[in-house]
Amino acid sequence: MATFSTNEFRGGLKVMLDGDPCSIIENEFVKPGKGQAFNRVKLRNLKTGRVIERTFKSGETLEGADVVDTEMQYLYNDGELWHFMVPESFEQYAADTNVVGDAKKWLKEQDVCIVTLYNGVPISVTPPNFVELAIVETDPGIRGDTSGGGGKPATLDTGAVVRVPLFVQTGEVIKVDTRTGEYVSRVK
Amino acid sequence: MTEWRPGCPLAPLQKRAALLAAIRHFFAARNVLEVETPLLCRAGVTDPNLHSFTTLLNKPGAAEGDRLYLQTSPEFAMKRLLAAGSGSIYQICKAFRNEESGRWHNPEFTLLEWYRVGFDLARLIDEIDALLGEICRGDLNLAPSERLSYRELFREHAGADPLSPSFEELAVCAEARGLPEARELCGDDRSLWLDLLFSHLVQPRLGRGRITFVYDFPAFLPSLARKKPGDPHVVERVEIFLEGMELGNGFHELADAVEQEERFDRDLAVRRENGLPLPAKDERLLAALRSGLPDCSGVAVGLDRLLMIMMRAGSIDEVLAFPAARA
Repeated sequence: MATFSTNEFRGGLKVMLDGDPCSIIENEFVKPGKGQAFNRVKLRNLKTGRVIERTFKSGETLEGADVVDTEMQYLYNDGELWHFMVPESFEQYAADTNVVGDAKKWLKEQDVCIVTLYNGVPISVTPPNFVELAIVETDPGIRGDTSGGGGKPATLDTGAVVRVPLFVQTGEVIKVDTRTGEYVSRVK
Repeated sequence: MTEWRPGCPLAPLQKRAALLAAIRHFFAARNVLEVETPLLCRAGVTDPNLHSFTTLLNKPGAAEGDRLYLQTSPEFAMKRLLAAGSGSIYQICKAFRNEESGRWHNPEFTLLEWYRVGFDLARLIDEIDALLGEICRGDLNLAPSERLSYRELFREHAGADPLSPSFEELAVCAEARGLPEARELCGDDRSLWLDLLFSHLVQPRLGRGRITFVYDFPAFLPSLARKKPGDPHVVERVEIFLEGMELGNGFHELADAVEQEERFDRDLAVRRENGLPLPAKDERLLAALRSGLPDCSGVAVGLDRLLMIMMRAGSIDEVLAFPAARA
């Protein structure tokens, strides 16, 4: 794998830090007028999702990480593992609950999501920004209320719970923004 | 193709023009002479932390040229003028530093540098204060400035004594303040420890709503300042901070040619150790010091950063018509 110097660090570059693959978020050049130049770097640990800050001397290097974001179709869950497939090659990958993490509550069979592979093994799953899911349970709302003020919790077919306007009923399909976990609209 | 356009709107350019006019007015009223010195210099800077741009000077038709350096500051040439009897002088010019770009750095930037014959450091600080107060009035509502020593600030914000004989105390404080990497990064290099902790832990707290003048810098940090009489551990140096940003650096100027040459040699030894380019010592500066530099204090202020603060800009690119990427 290639190595990268601090001057090549930019958002999205994948590097190894303390044995874990990380994605660079931000790289700031800090230098006293008379003194050593540093780079203050913000990185996301791709295994834990945690954001860390680390300072390097300018010119220091990190090893690149063999990390690839791949679009895959979510196939099914066998009770223990989540199974994904690359549509073009039919290549399949399995990921456990730690890897799938919070994404699991948005995953609907056949949806295409991003699976991040590190050395060919899934380390994280990013759901589509918007998903369409059916409501399996919500309190009956007051008829005629179209304002959306207040809202009520609704359980979706993946198990996720989101707040929906009062007029939305069990059985309806809604669009949800997975980045915020918020209701967007009803799907006709 | 929109890259031919300036990277900033007209307002910062107008503010810059007003700033330059205000500075010239300030010094004209005080009888300080405006000068120009070469941007292309025969001698390069020896400071191991500064990287010069170089070019070649070819005589007409000549195939081979002499190496020239774009100045990293006009300091050496201005001191030669002072030694020749110019009296107090100032200059507004471009300075060039390679390998410096980022939110607060553009590889070429504008410096205001001035020297006051017969001023000690305290008097120079008074004048910096007066100048910044005058040119910022109307744009910034600043409280009266403060003057604090490097050591007390370091103790207050980094939690350790910068001159502590053991690095362990520094390492423990760094770790407690979110810099666990400091130990490995700095090892037993004291300048590096101080640069890291000061720039990460102290500097962001300085100059909030007022100018902070930091004085009494440790003597082992690189500078062209005089040793403080009666305290060999510190030098007569001041740094100016506003809104967490380093704006400038001033000294009671070192006039001793022998000590100046020793500092050049020390810098060059560090450069040799680190495989950095080895520019020739500026013999003309040394000769000027030997002939006699009048007792003086001088300071350089980065005008682009001052503009950033006046315009509340988050990046130096926002106050430059054509930052390096668009040059």
